[in-house]
Amino acid sequence: MSATAPNDVGMAPSGSMMRATLRFLSNRAAVMGLVIFLPILLAICTYSLWWPYGPNAIDLSALNQGPSMTHWLGSDGVGRDVFARLLQGGRTSLTVAVVSVVISTALGFLVGALAAFGGRFVDGTLMRLVDLAMTLPPVIFLLVLASIAGTGLFPTIMVIALLSWPVLSRMVRARLMELRERDFVVAARGMGAGIRHLLLRHGLPNCMDIIVVFATLQIANAVLLEAGLSFLGLGIPPPEASWGNMLNSARSSVVLEQYPWQWMFPGAALVLTVLAINFIGDGLRDAFDPRSDLN
Amino acid sequence: MLDAKPAAKPVKTLVEVRGLKMYFPIHTGLLRAHTGDVKAVDDVSFDILEGETLGLVGESGCGKSTCGRALIRLYDITSGSVKIDGTEIGHADQTRLRKMRPTMQMVFQDPQASLNPRMTVADIISEPLSEHTTLSKTDKLKRIYELMDAVGLNRRFANRYPHEFSGGQRQRIGIARALALNPKFIVCDEPIAALDVSIQAQVVNLLEQLQDEFGLTYLFISHDLSMVRHIADRIAVMYLGKMVELGPRDPVYDSPLHPYTEALLSAVPEPDPSLEKTRERIILKGDVPSPANPPKGCNFCTRCPKVMDICRQIEPEFREAEPGRFVACHLYDQNNKTTAGATGGTEADNEHFQQGETK
Repeated sequence: MSATAPNDVGMAPSGSMMRATLRFLSNRAAVMGLVIFLPILLAICTYSLWWPYGPNAIDLSALNQGPSMTHWLGSDGVGRDVFARLLQGGRTSLTVAVVSVVISTALGFLVGALAAFGGRFVDGTLMRLVDLAMTLPPVIFLLVLASIAGTGLFPTIMVIALLSWPVLSRMVRARLMELRERDFVVAARGMGAGIRHLLLRHGLPNCMDIIVVFATLQIANAVLLEAGLSFLGLGIPPPEASWGNMLNSARSSVVLEQYPWQWMFPGAALVLTVLAINFIGDGLRDAFDPRSDLN
Repeated sequence: MLDAKPAAKPVKTLVEVRGLKMYFPIHTGLLRAHTGDVKAVDDVSFDILEGETLGLVGESGCGKSTCGRALIRLYDITSGSVKIDGTEIGHADQTRLRKMRPTMQMVFQDPQASLNPRMTVADIISEPLSEHTTLSKTDKLKRIYELMDAVGLNRRFANRYPHEFSGGQRQRIGIARALALNPKFIVCDEPIAALDVSIQAQVVNLLEQLQDEFGLTYLFISHDLSMVRHIADRIAVMYLGKMVELGPRDPVYDSPLHPYTEALLSAVPEPDPSLEKTRERIILKGDVPSPANPPKGCNFCTRCPKVMDICRQIEPEFREAEPGRFVACHLYDQNNKTTAGATGGTEADNEHFQQGETK
């Protein structure tokens, strides 16, 4: 035994990150999700460098034109390029979705952790608050919040984030309460571990499946909520482009029937992105779980 | 190896427990009024000498595990004093307790549940190191390999996850983690109960070998009486939250003093078939009373085959009946030896509602 040098760990697949990456890459659906999502993300981030039209630039010689060599995805009723608007809309929609999901996930986890570890009184208070937030009809809650917060990017993010954390905090609380009594947490407490160590080393990794599933579903949800809010005139105000805004143009039956490129492409982008994110989320959940590579 | 420990060595008391009580409050009703306590451990006193193994036995639910966990302050104890290596930890605050943590560690019953499924073996073993030391990364790795060698795990497994091991190997990981901080005292909470018989022997032998190597002191909690006989130097028997008997291994096994110990030991199967035929089992009547509502007098009076009148009235004191042997039973009271008799009627006394005042 003593002959083996410490560096002979190389024999086993080294590092937990490495193994997680391998697990992720071996998941075909997840890789496909990545293959769909990365080009979309890249195009959204860089389009202003290589696409000649701005999202709000008006080309009066091309009103309601179908896809062509100059406007790849056609143009809308005031002569704006649909492709440029699609990509700018992606920026807005994904920013809203990602930022609001990050905020609501962090908030949900913290509230859940506080409820699970904070003692009976804190738990009771927080959970009644969550009950309250969950029983309010979401649309009305959204409208009230939005009318207080106003319109624009930041208020929209806040409104969506504040609406979605209670569900996660409930699930995290339940998971942490179960973990709290598990022997490995008792063992860690027996070593004198503080609450921060318990939460970060034991709580968070064992809540990862819940969080990833929540986050991926919530990203899709947030894009749709943003679309709904914009539809009601409370989200991103026009002329600013967002996928929700663009879809709303299909309200008019003329656009719906005669200019399908004006709503079909944002619709397709939405569906593709959400689908890809869900696949990636599934892959991430499995990648974070070391037990999943038994197959 | 059996008698390797020299008797001449001056023996120091490592763990000193006095009047340890661990009550779990019962709350009922809408207002969660405090209506009683589950007396999981009720006024237990004993010492554990340095380097010895104290076997703690008793049936399920008698408070063995609670006692073990209370000793290393995994619970906030109700009252009593626990001194480990001369330091009082019974009511120490968290900061003082944290400093004492490296001295006392625990090995758990279920090796599956006691290891975080999302941490690698190296992470698990180094967890106590990161909490209590400031080792550099390479030093830490060196220590991890040392520990893995000590418990007989291949170094190549350092980056594997618990689910990739068998039960016995997992228990070795748990033992390595307990050893990481060079503890003096380890509470082994039924460390072999969840393992296969052949693996049990391996783990017990490993525990014995580590004890010799590092001079460890064990509190070995188990309900496997033959295994306890193998590993323990002294035996403590618990019944319904109280310690009923404590003494050196062989005398306790050969001539138990307390009627409960006698009944418990009579349940041990005998490997020799000819002896097994003549083995007399003492079968206790009735059930263990609720620890929330223990009987008046001696806790064992509802089931004791040798019950006397005094047993239902006065709680027997835990005292030294023979040199080194402690027992809590009126049979060994000097002045009450004559009042034996009045047996039977065990069912009649099974209900006890007069236990109104609890503390």
